Amino acid sequence: MGKAFFVIRTFLFNLNPKFQLAMGIFSSNKKEKLDKGLSKTKESVFKKLSRVVVGKTTVDDDVLDNLEEVLISSDVGVDTTIRIIERIQKRVSEDKYLGTSELNILLKEEIEKLLLENNTTDVDEFIVPETKNNLPYIIMVVGVNGVGKTTTIGKLAYQFKKAGKSVYIGAGDTFRAAAIDQLEVWAQRADVPIVKQKMGSDPASVAYDTLASAIKNKADVVLIDTAGRLHNKINLMNELSKVKNVMQKLIPEAPHEVLLVLDGSTGQNAFEQAKQFTKATEVTSLALTKLDGTAKGGVVIGISDQFKIPVKYIGIGEGIEDLQVFNRNEFVDSLFN
Amino acid sequence: MFENLSDRLDRSFKLLKGQGRITEINIAETLKDVRKALLDADVNYKIAKTFTDKVKQEALGQDVLNSVKPGQMMVKIVHDELAKLMGGEAVDINVKGNPSVILIAGLQGSGKTTFSGKLAYLQKTKKGKMPLLIAGDVYRPAAIDQLKVLGEQIGVEVYTDMDSKDPVKIAKDGIKYAKQKGFDLVIVDTAGRLAVDEQMMNEIAAVKKAIDPQEILFVVDAMTGQDAVNTAKEFNDRLNFDGVVLTKLDGDTRGGAALSIREVVNKPIKFVGTGEKMEALDVFHPERMADRILGMGDIVSLVEKAQEQFDSEQARKLQKKIAKNQFGFDDFLSQIQQIKKMGNLKDLAAMIPGVGKALKNVDIDDDAFKGIEAIIQSMTPDERDNPVIINGSRRKRIANGSGTSVQEVNRLIKQFDETRKMMKMMSGGGGKNLARMMNGMRN
Repeated sequence: MGKAFFVIRTFLFNLNPKFQLAMGIFSSNKKEKLDKGLSKTKESVFKKLSRVVVGKTTVDDDVLDNLEEVLISSDVGVDTTIRIIERIQKRVSEDKYLGTSELNILLKEEIEKLLLENNTTDVDEFIVPETKNNLPYIIMVVGVNGVGKTTTIGKLAYQFKKAGKSVYIGAGDTFRAAAIDQLEVWAQRADVPIVKQKMGSDPASVAYDTLASAIKNKADVVLIDTAGRLHNKINLMNELSKVKNVMQKLIPEAPHEVLLVLDGSTGQNAFEQAKQFTKATEVTSLALTKLDGTAKGGVVIGISDQFKIPVKYIGIGEGIEDLQVFNRNEFVDSLFN
Repeated sequence: MFENLSDRLDRSFKLLKGQGRITEINIAETLKDVRKALLDADVNYKIAKTFTDKVKQEALGQDVLNSVKPGQMMVKIVHDELAKLMGGEAVDINVKGNPSVILIAGLQGSGKTTFSGKLAYLQKTKKGKMPLLIAGDVYRPAAIDQLKVLGEQIGVEVYTDMDSKDPVKIAKDGIKYAKQKGFDLVIVDTAGRLAVDEQMMNEIAAVKKAIDPQEILFVVDAMTGQDAVNTAKEFNDRLNFDGVVLTKLDGDTRGGAALSIREVVNKPIKFVGTGEKMEALDVFHPERMADRILGMGDIVSLVEKAQEQFDSEQARKLQKKIAKNQFGFDDFLSQIQQIKKMGNLKDLAAMIPGVGKALKNVDIDDDAFKGIEAIIQSMTPDERDNPVIINGSRRKRIANGSGTSVQEVNRLIKQFDETRKMMKMMSGGGGKNLARMMNGMRN
């Protein structure tokens, strides 16, 4: 019994994406840093689960209840959680002696399915795709207030530059106080040029200027910042469409990529954000920030289940290097190793 | 994405109809729905569980009254319990010291700097204070500039020390400066920090120790998910803060974090941020938050909106008439006109629980009332005051006069009768009557 207890405990412990996210994706150095920060979360979940699964060898209602709690507590979302649990319940009812170790395998399969269905192409590095006529590749960065758009742009600029690309940044957040100054600091850190106007100027005009400079100087990639906006404000959402339209005057395909930044600690509203921003700007990729907090990896699972938009980047700290390309295979592996 | 809870409850309570009492068995399905609604709203898993248990105890054995739908009764129990949990006496912030010192803390991107500006503005314009803002975020690029720009906008001085990277020193020096210059309120903005960042949490604890603030406010994004509980607890363990500020409530988040935080740290929510403008700061309304978490639509706002528009004298007269069952077609007409004054019909209707969903696929434009108005205007004053006299031949005349059919006239009179009955039955607040009236008109 002692051994079984240990196995189950380890399994449930391993299950929680909160700290699992930290396990496989990051280099040992970063992993150490994260592990330290996450120890509190680990303990509390660990305690919670170990109390209930004492003496269990098969998957019963208690184990499933616990699974539910772990998934929901990681912001996976009720619908996705229910779907996962229902599938497992079905298997359990078909096979009377399904043990907890098999549950592990089963879960891995389910989550793998959810993550991989919508994300077929995995990239390992910061790559700038080819464009028509060798024009710069335009990335427009959008999101609600305070999710970390400007910081993500700074980190991205640094990574692209490091990869040998010539990068331009457009200071399109002309609304928030000192947003331009903030981006300027990041541009200096990454050592890339920034195109800006005064606070309060027209963001579409800033975007236009940026593209014009980038084209003239044969840049490879352009990052356009935008002001944070809540997705239920129609006028502000329309403004984004306008920025897009104006850019298309210079490059018909622009923006090649619309990157929606989501705060990793956001709950179910993240789904609504993804939906509304997609409606207004046809979001093509997602960045999940602040995952160094308690690493809410659960959002990744929920979002991948409900949307066809791939998670491309994850932010794991305030340093300029603390942005990583999200690798789904590694993510799933790390959940269950 | 989220199904409206009251709709869901209405549905599951169809099963309950005809059963006289709420029992363990007939409540099970409903409680499941309540729990799901809470989880969808980001209420913490554990708290959602304890909460539904509590509601169950509250509801068991209660008689299902004939006059209300059981679903509504259940919504009321859930709603009241929620409001009770989050509510209590409204607590103001403590600004008694001279200068009184307020420390602002929270995660990155929660809106601390914006809130600091709003609070300074509020204290300056509404409370006659002379506030000083201290820029204590030495980490995020341009955070100090941001506060400076806000300070300029609202005409409040900002204390900065560009040479120092030590928030403790900046805060202390800033307060010293405030004393010298006669500021009577000091608001200390700080850098965003994660609750799990030991070093940064030590730092804010050190700031607290050094300046001994009268008031510590924890700023949290209303969209925060399940982790709100851990974050709030961690900050509270370190700082023992006095109140919570819920930001970005002008979004469409259901804001279950409010309930979670309240439950975990038992500290009042003192302010809510409702926009990017400096005036967009509000006190916390537990009732409205309860509506919001349940996805009930903001019925309170509707009532308030209605109250603004309705002339109170007129409303009083109307109340009397309803009580005496003298509510006539003229009153009906003036109510319709009042509704039209309030704005877009569909928007208004959507604010009423249960109605929103029913109207989702119905195209109502403001012309919806045109036929009704025409019919009423074709009635004689006698007929309007005393609708019982409208017999067959009068109906025919009214139909001709209004360019409608007898069937349409019949329908309106029937609806009017029902409305009148309902109004009499619940001759209470104006908003409720309105809701019923709109309901009646849909049929």
